[in-house]
Amino acid sequence: MHNQRCIIVGASHAAGELCISLRKEGWTGSITVIGDENYLPYNRPPLSKTFLAGEKSIDDLLIRHAEAYTKADIEMKLGCRVEKIDRRRKEILLNTGETLGYDKLVLTTGARPRTMDMPGAEPENVFYLRSIEDADHIRPFIQDGRRAVIIGGGYIGLETAAMLVSTGMHVTLLERDPRILNRVAAPEISQFFSRIHTEEGVELFTGVEISELKADEKAEKVKAVVCSDGRRFDADLLIIGIGVITNSELAQEAGLEINNGIVVNAFAETSDPDILAAGDCSYHFNKHYQRWLRLESIQNAVEQAKVAARTICGKPQEYDQIPWFWSDQYDLKLQIAGLSEGYDNLIIRGDLSAGRKMAVFYFKANNLIAVDAVNSPQEFMFGKRALAQFSKLDINKLADVAVPMKELILQD
Amino acid sequence: MPLVTYISHDGTTTEIEVPVGNSVMQGAVDNMLDGIIAECGGSCSCATCHCYIDEAWLGKVPPASEMEKDMLQCVLEPQDNSRLSCQINVTDELDGLVIRLPESQF
Repeated sequence: MHNQRCIIVGASHAAGELCISLRKEGWTGSITVIGDENYLPYNRPPLSKTFLAGEKSIDDLLIRHAEAYTKADIEMKLGCRVEKIDRRRKEILLNTGETLGYDKLVLTTGARPRTMDMPGAEPENVFYLRSIEDADHIRPFIQDGRRAVIIGGGYIGLETAAMLVSTGMHVTLLERDPRILNRVAAPEISQFFSRIHTEEGVELFTGVEISELKADEKAEKVKAVVCSDGRRFDADLLIIGIGVITNSELAQEAGLEINNGIVVNAFAETSDPDILAAGDCSYHFNKHYQRWLRLESIQNAVEQAKVAARTICGKPQEYDQIPWFWSDQYDLKLQIAGLSEGYDNLIIRGDLSAGRKMAVFYFKANNLIAVDAVNSPQEFMFGKRALAQFSKLDINKLADVAVPMKELILQD
Repeated sequence: MPLVTYISHDGTTTEIEVPVGNSVMQGAVDNMLDGIIAECGGSCSCATCHCYIDEAWLGKVPPASEMEKDMLQCVLEPQDNSRLSCQINVTDELDGLVIRLPESQF
């Protein structure tokens, strides 16, 4: 194994986990991580919160410090891109003109923000939020009393709205769907978060179709967002969070199977067994929910990377995880375990219409399939465990917050 | 640099110099220590960096937030000295800190 070369494309969260996991699993060959950003793998969740607020430094975001990779003999080639994969010769071509041979290649290329058509080339006050660079560019536009318009009521949009409104900006959030978090949560959760954001001073508009981004005279800035019903929202800063597109072009051009991302099996292998993929860019089968998924989550990046490392080291272990997610907005921590899509019954524990704490349990055919918990870590943690162990919950008492969570899990 | 001693479930002892301002979790992650998973990267969301504080150090470590206390009630085998290591920032006062790691983080 010690003459073998493993190349990891994309210095993402998955890459940061994968390279170290390879060493832990006993890979003695070379490991090279190639990333187009100039940073070591970092935690992206704080980008829309503490990092944007200037409370955390780049150093604070790093998953591991540089010495950790040096000690593990991992080469980080940052600031360069892979242009092409030559599967026949088992080589990759970099934008620097350099060619590198591999024995095992892992694609941890992640995803990039879905974009909107802009008036003018690159309006200087319009941003997406996915990278350190994005956050650094947004920060100077955060000014007390100025107007921020956010397009998209998903996690990125809502987390950014929470951060910006707390700085004294006027924040307007526009969502095309009839409710915020439409794609990821039940109407009850949308209602709860709409109330909180409204109470905090964010102006929320749902069911809004945007017809035009109006540029200023010099076409350097977007000065207003105009909606199809004629409403107009002035903007000093415009942030767009309308979803992502997987970075799967390299894989596609190399002829690997693509379907809503890079298709991988339970061992993180693509249609070419010497090429694996992990994290946001992968399209994989979830054993627990018995369906194909593309997940944008830290857990998926970390756990699938571990699976890939084991496969490469000849200790294959199937990927089998209950997806979980979190989102921090104001003093609220939303923790989600499982996938609620397709639920036929839900039970609310707590009060949706007042306060800052509650949980929603989702059921399908009387089986728990997901939990959304706000400032309710016990509901999240016990819910997550119940999901993993297929435990039944005492549905009749679940809504009663006086009964502790641990008494609600029925032993069978 | 403050020295933190990590004692794993099987008794293996690892001494790590952790820079001031870094968390006890970060020290473990930077040194490829098994036993701390830290899936959420230190945002108090996952409870996979659970540790037990050595009795001698209990009074010196700042107390847990309500959120952390709630999370700790749900970890496997919680004890009175349970903490999430991502929530403990290393200071000069914590030079010599000793923590023990649980058998499992799940």
